[in-house]
Amino acid sequence: MHLDHAHPGPAAVGADARCPDGTRRALRIGLGGPVGSGKTATVAALCRALRTELSLAVVTNDIYTREDAEFLLRQAVLPPERITAVETGACPHTAIRDDISANLEAVEELEDTVGPLDLILVESGGDNLTATFSKGLVDAQIFVIDVAGGDDIPRKGGPGVTTADLLVVNKTDLAPYVGADLARMAFDARAQRGELPVVFQSLRGEPGAAEVADWVRRRAAAWTA
Amino acid sequence: MSRAALLVLADGRFPAGGHAHSGGAEAAVRAGRITGAASLEDFCRGRLTTSGLVAASLAAAAALGVDPGELDAAADARTPAPALRAAARKLGRQLLRAARATWPCGELDALAARFPTGAHQPVALGVVARAAGLDARDAAHCAAYESVSGPASATVRLLSLDPFDATGVLARLAPDLDHVAGQAVRAARTAAHEGADALPACSAPLLEIGAELHAARPVRLFAS
Amino acid sequence: MNTTGVRATARIRARGDGRGGTSLPVLASDGPLALRRTRGSGGEAHVLLVGAMSGPLGGDHFTVRADAEPGARLRVGSAAATLALPGQHGGEARHDVRLTVADGAELHWLPEQLICARGCELRMSTEADLAPGARLVLREEQVLGRVGEQPGGLAGRLTLRIAGRTVLDQELACGAGAPGGWDGPAVLAGHRAAGQLLVAHPRFAEHPVAARALSETTVVLPLAGPAVLVTAVAPDALLLRRELDAALELLTTVSA
Repeated sequence: MHLDHAHPGPAAVGADARCPDGTRRALRIGLGGPVGSGKTATVAALCRALRTELSLAVVTNDIYTREDAEFLLRQAVLPPERITAVETGACPHTAIRDDISANLEAVEELEDTVGPLDLILVESGGDNLTATFSKGLVDAQIFVIDVAGGDDIPRKGGPGVTTADLLVVNKTDLAPYVGADLARMAFDARAQRGELPVVFQSLRGEPGAAEVADWVRRRAAAWTA
Repeated sequence: MSRAALLVLADGRFPAGGHAHSGGAEAAVRAGRITGAASLEDFCRGRLTTSGLVAASLAAAAALGVDPGELDAAADARTPAPALRAAARKLGRQLLRAARATWPCGELDALAARFPTGAHQPVALGVVARAAGLDARDAAHCAAYESVSGPASATVRLLSLDPFDATGVLARLAPDLDHVAGQAVRAARTAAHEGADALPACSAPLLEIGAELHAARPVRLFAS
Repeated sequence: MNTTGVRATARIRARGDGRGGTSLPVLASDGPLALRRTRGSGGEAHVLLVGAMSGPLGGDHFTVRADAEPGARLRVGSAAATLALPGQHGGEARHDVRLTVADGAELHWLPEQLICARGCELRMSTEADLAPGARLVLREEQVLGRVGEQPGGLAGRLTLRIAGRTVLDQELACGAGAPGGWDGPAVLAGHRAAGQLLVAHPRFAEHPVAARALSETTVVLPLAGPAVLVTAVAPDALLLRRELDAALELLTTVSA
């Protein structure tokens, strides 16, 4: 990533690590993954875990506008001015990868209106296994899958599973009911991802998203270091 | 002047945010006014000869070097629906972002500094066309084409319309596109001498009405 | 230019009489454009435009000028709808309305509908120039053809300037000879009546009206300046008037 190159005039490229005034912008973390895997629930859990220590905001990319943003509002994890919904014209992967301009507008506007921010979570609309975030939009990405979607997903791989900075296998509490083999998922994920980390989590009960929150904390600390 | 630069700018994949806007097609589909290829063609022809002509004229005038501030005010006066003004400024800002990375130059930086919340997209498009080494006619063609290509591709997604039918619609509109671009360039040349009041102000009531209804809906696929 | 047509210019000048009323130093009818002062209300002067013959026909060029000078409160209406017809010699008919409103003055311009009969070719232009503290309520309604009739051609342009700045510039072309798609899903989609209600009030600068839909075919649009446009389409003139009346009531409450 070309995060620190100097740029004359106002920033034109999203990956520039500094705002036009020279201050360091917020860390941007993308959360992607298939429909129903628990992206929004994970974002809500992260907001609850981190909101007292970090100044944060969320951008959602819904298939149908505002559903996810409204879920977050109902959960009251953040005040409404810290949550922005971006419309994706029925193509969520386009908005996070091929044409990131609307998302860049949204993150910059959040920094302008409620900033300074430490962290912006960009949640993708539910999509397929090939949907990944552009490096022009986010600094790191989390790919969220769940055990109910099939325990062969890690084995199948795909850009999300293989290259995401963190792979989250969600809804582990459901494993006995859907016949998912967690050990096999862990083995396959390791085979696909090498040293890249994997977290198994269930948001029903403790410790919830604590491990993912720790990972985000470390990223945020490294970003400001 | 490079003809290939026109292809880069007019490419539907140029990352300037257009994919999330339907140009009023989603509202028209929801109201039952676009139901297939024939009504899509009628919609596109109506949009082209109204807001498409206005956009093409603004773009051509900006490409000729008419003051963007004057053109932006003219665009405001020709866009009574606040939802459409907001969408146009948003798209203008997104276009400028992509263009400044693609064709870096002082004129684009100056435009961004002058309109921090975005200039109307057609005005930005005209200045971007200049920066890309294109002329007023290219800018007009680009704006005119965008006024119909957006609704066509959105309708493919909204109605699961056969993509070949949608492309056929665009091909059949080609002579109209050329005609509108020609009108736009003539108007822009006049505006360069007489001011922006000389630009066309054609309106489409249902596009304005639909835009506000759309903006008020809690559930929608496209931003506009 | 067709020289067989009628050229006529009617003029109204209104100004405050200094006693809370409005005087009309100029009330000049011309040919087919006849003006009548009718009973006013409060300090407001009422003028009715009475069509002494039908028109405009092809080749005609009508102009109506109204100037509301300081202190004036002027309301102008018309006795009946205006019917645009083709002339014997064909050609374009023109109807121009030129309005000015001074600081502190108020003009209500509320004519009846304009009906574009089969075969007409009408170019209509309305320009309103307002001082910063002026108030305006303006209504225009276009009806495409008499009942069951194919409409003639209409090209209308409505321009509002406040303190020299153009706040609204809007053309509508429809009917015979209009560019393709005018009756399609983007423009009129089979509706036979279109209307604009324009309200300008200095109060809107600090208390803007929010955009809202009054129905599926009527919306309130705050402009980029201290003015609001209501845009509506309807199947016929009666339904259109009902929508615009409701909008007018809403906006006069807001700007009162």
